[in-house]
Amino acid sequence: MTTAVTPAGAPTESVSVASDGAPEPFARWQPFEWIVATRFLREGRVQTTFIIGGVAIGVAVIVFMSALITGLQSSLIERVLTGIPHIQLTPRKEVVRALRDTTPGLREGAVLQAPLQRLKGIDQWQAVVAQVDAMPEVAVASPAVTGSAVVVRGDVSRVIGLTGVIPDLYYRVVALPDKIVKGSARLTGTDLLIGTELAADLGVSVGDKLNVIGTGGITTTLTITGIFDLGNKYVNERSTFMALRTAQTLMALPGGVTSIDITVHDVYAADVIAQRITSGASVEANSWITTNAQFFTAITAQTISMDAIRFFVGLSVAFGIASVLVVSVVQKSREIGILRAMGITRGQVLRIFLLQGGLLGLGGALAGSALGFAGLTAWMRLTRAADGSSLFTLELSAGLFGWTLGLATLTGLVAAVVPALRAARLDPVVAINA
Amino acid sequence: MHKSYNVGQPNETEVLHGIDLVLRRGDFCAVMGPSGSGKSTLLNLIGLLDHPTSGTIAISGEETTTLDDAALTRLRGHNIGFVFQYHHLLTAFTALENVMMPMLGDKGFADAAMTRRAAALIDTVGLTPWRDRLVGQLSGGQEQRVAVARALAMNPALLLADEPTGNLDTTSADAVFTLLRKVNADEGTTILFVTHNPLMAARCDRTIDVVDGRIVRSDKELQYLAPAVPSENRTNEATMQAALPTG
Repeated sequence: MTTAVTPAGAPTESVSVASDGAPEPFARWQPFEWIVATRFLREGRVQTTFIIGGVAIGVAVIVFMSALITGLQSSLIERVLTGIPHIQLTPRKEVVRALRDTTPGLREGAVLQAPLQRLKGIDQWQAVVAQVDAMPEVAVASPAVTGSAVVVRGDVSRVIGLTGVIPDLYYRVVALPDKIVKGSARLTGTDLLIGTELAADLGVSVGDKLNVIGTGGITTTLTITGIFDLGNKYVNERSTFMALRTAQTLMALPGGVTSIDITVHDVYAADVIAQRITSGASVEANSWITTNAQFFTAITAQTISMDAIRFFVGLSVAFGIASVLVVSVVQKSREIGILRAMGITRGQVLRIFLLQGGLLGLGGALAGSALGFAGLTAWMRLTRAADGSSLFTLELSAGLFGWTLGLATLTGLVAAVVPALRAARLDPVVAINA
Repeated sequence: MHKSYNVGQPNETEVLHGIDLVLRRGDFCAVMGPSGSGKSTLLNLIGLLDHPTSGTIAISGEETTTLDDAALTRLRGHNIGFVFQYHHLLTAFTALENVMMPMLGDKGFADAAMTRRAAALIDTVGLTPWRDRLVGQLSGGQEQRVAVARALAMNPALLLADEPTGNLDTTSADAVFTLLRKVNADEGTTILFVTHNPLMAARCDRTIDVVDGRIVRSDKELQYLAPAVPSENRTNEATMQAALPTG
């Protein structure tokens, strides 16, 4: 090429430009589409800022609400599941069946009386425990003896519900040691754990002895080793825990168990797992979902509401991005036309606008995640229970943010499809003359 | 070649009524005519931005009316440069970056050779000191010179200039015309130059007058048109050839 002609009025700063050694304006890793898309976004920075702000608010709402609802649900479920197993296996109930009519042509009416449900053990319970333990969904299975007894101290007596357990296993089902407010959770042959209300009613404390009268008048004397608070007055009045062998003796059920308490890895899958256990063993399996049906319905309704909020916020974000890009396509018509004239393909134009949509979604998601995080942090600091502790733990998982970023970026890409197609299909002649 | 709009509809309008034209490598040809006569339509067709209603367009002997959009885009990108009355530069980019755009779009990624060529073209149009300025910060004449440099980026065989000096003052217009003349002389680029300025047209090698969608006068036309076709029928021929032999 020929030597440059430097006209009068050139900028005063000296720009050293020659045919060789000119500094490169674009990084070599940047593809053409990325360069144009990012420049278009930077050029319309007011527009870009506003839409990223809009996306950010939407994403912040999703992050905040998701963490809040998830934390609330986890807290509620944790409280509900504090004192109960995820699944409880019990012997099948006894039923009465009518005798089969053996006389042809003769029909007999039958009046069936419901049988008494006697306390009975699970048949071959060791095999059932082994079978359940082998299931990958199950975290732990703990055999137990449950029943009613009377506890006597002086001239005061109370009806109690007793639970005999193997501490090492049961404490993995119900975290009883965490609920001990006095003494310890030790359970050897003569140890007894009682609730705070019962202790108050009987005027006893750790180290005191109580007479417990079980089935058929079997009596034993147990020493209180710990007092617990399960967060429910009725439960604290009624519940007691002792060693499995002690309970077997009191309930006249030597070597037997009346239930098997199970913890599963996914609490929401408890119902399905219970059904599988029922179909494979001669026991009844009831999940916490079945026994707390109304509570679970409320949780499900809450989840559906949250999903609806997410969907509509996502939809508004998508429409926001799409509308901005539609306007951008109109604004950039001439540029698109000239790009097409200089040999840029329809595919390249399509990718330029898809990238813009994705970047708007990603940018808004990053800002929205930060905004949501800030909101959640503030919420945790400002809202406290009466005792100063946090109401419940908010779940700020990396997964929530990753999921939100991915979904917002995808929403941006999808929202950009229509404007991008419109840009790619622009007739260059019409676009240039627009 | 014919070109109609709203084909098959009650308001169908034919804007080019049988254009027959041959351009050869190295031509510097002015196109004149009143507004609405079909000059821009003619350039859009030759530039493969639009399709004729009937007739053919051949570039370097290759028939183009049967090519699909991708092939036309490729052919356009590699062989044809455009300069419009309005520069249509990308305002988000500097002068140098604008010149790089056709090469960047073609290769996908920037490289040093691309930057060197763009810098050299900027140098050629005399804008080196403004190389790194956003094009919005340049004067109209400077913007048009950047547009010329961009049109030359892919070293096209044909440069279509649609009233490139129409919006410029006399000095800037003269600078742009001189630049195009120089490109034509140095690079052998064929240039089709639409202008309303008879003085500029007079400085071209050849002038075509387009009136009401017909070529009514073409200097040196006997040199280019097929000898078997009677001269009085040439302007209504249904075939147009924008022939640009390579080399």
